[in-house]
Amino acid sequence: MLLIHCPYCKETLPESEFTYAGQAHIVRPEMPSEQTDAQWEEFLFLRANPKGPHYERWRHFHGCGRFFNAVRDTVSDKFLTTYPANTPKPDLESLIGDAE
Amino acid sequence: MLHPVSQHQPGVLVASVAAQVSLCAPVARLSLRAKGDVTPLTGAFGVSLPSGIGTCAETDRLSAVRLGPDEWLMKAEVDDLPAILSAGERLYDTLPHSLVDVSGREVTLELSGPKVLDLLTLGMARDPEMIPVGDARRLNFDGVTVLLWRKAEDRFEMDIWHSFAPHILSLLKTGVAELAAEV
Ligand SMILES: [Zn+2]
Repeated sequence: MLLIHCPYCKETLPESEFTYAGQAHIVRPEMPSEQTDAQWEEFLFLRANPKGPHYERWRHFHGCGRFFNAVRDTVSDKFLTTYPANTPKPDLESLIGDAE
Repeated sequence: MLHPVSQHQPGVLVASVAAQVSLCAPVARLSLRAKGDVTPLTGAFGVSLPSGIGTCAETDRLSAVRLGPDEWLMKAEVDDLPAILSAGERLYDTLPHSLVDVSGREVTLELSGPKVLDLLTLGMARDPEMIPVGDARRLNFDGVTVLLWRKAEDRFEMDIWHSFAPHILSLLKTGVAELAAEV
């Protein structure tokens, strides 16, 4: 079982308390009515599928209930970091440096 | 269908040399959601709302736990419920918040005994030992979200929503008997 650090509870806890919630940092358009069909398609349906570090959302479902963001390596399943929602993307170079 | 746990009289439901599970008497339960500076609520409820998630504050008539960044749960004497609700109401204008009576939502089981930590490991992936005495945690217990209060080294209280309580109680009953076989 994976252990995941909740940035709100500040504890590292079993995966079974968490739910996955898709790719992170997808911003809803400021002016939805000005979007083209192609832009809507991208916003609604198109997602990254990287082999390696992935910015993604998780929710501490059976705990504080909060959504937060994480960087997880899709090859090793290792979490490089977790951080509160609405905070900037952490710099990948420094995360990978930390992990090595 | 299993009959509701709340139909039992408060008291011991199952016991062995290893551990004991009892049903607690009904209490008032309040869900509080608020953001920003919650100090005015402290004055209203007579308890300073705890700041760390999972930490508790207690007076002789009320206990409060912080469940999330903007969420607290309070348990109080049933008779105090109207006073607490109106204390909150007086603050709605200055500190917008949500204070909801959820007394009818769940039951509380008290778990105790020398093997109570082993009993808890039957349902939870966390190490129950890691919960400090005096704290509480909302967590996943055999698939069910419960609130687990550590009242003493070997005494816990578990708040369980009604519809899940028969399932949790039946698991605990099995555990209490099984652990006694090992003693
Ligand atoms: Zn959390």
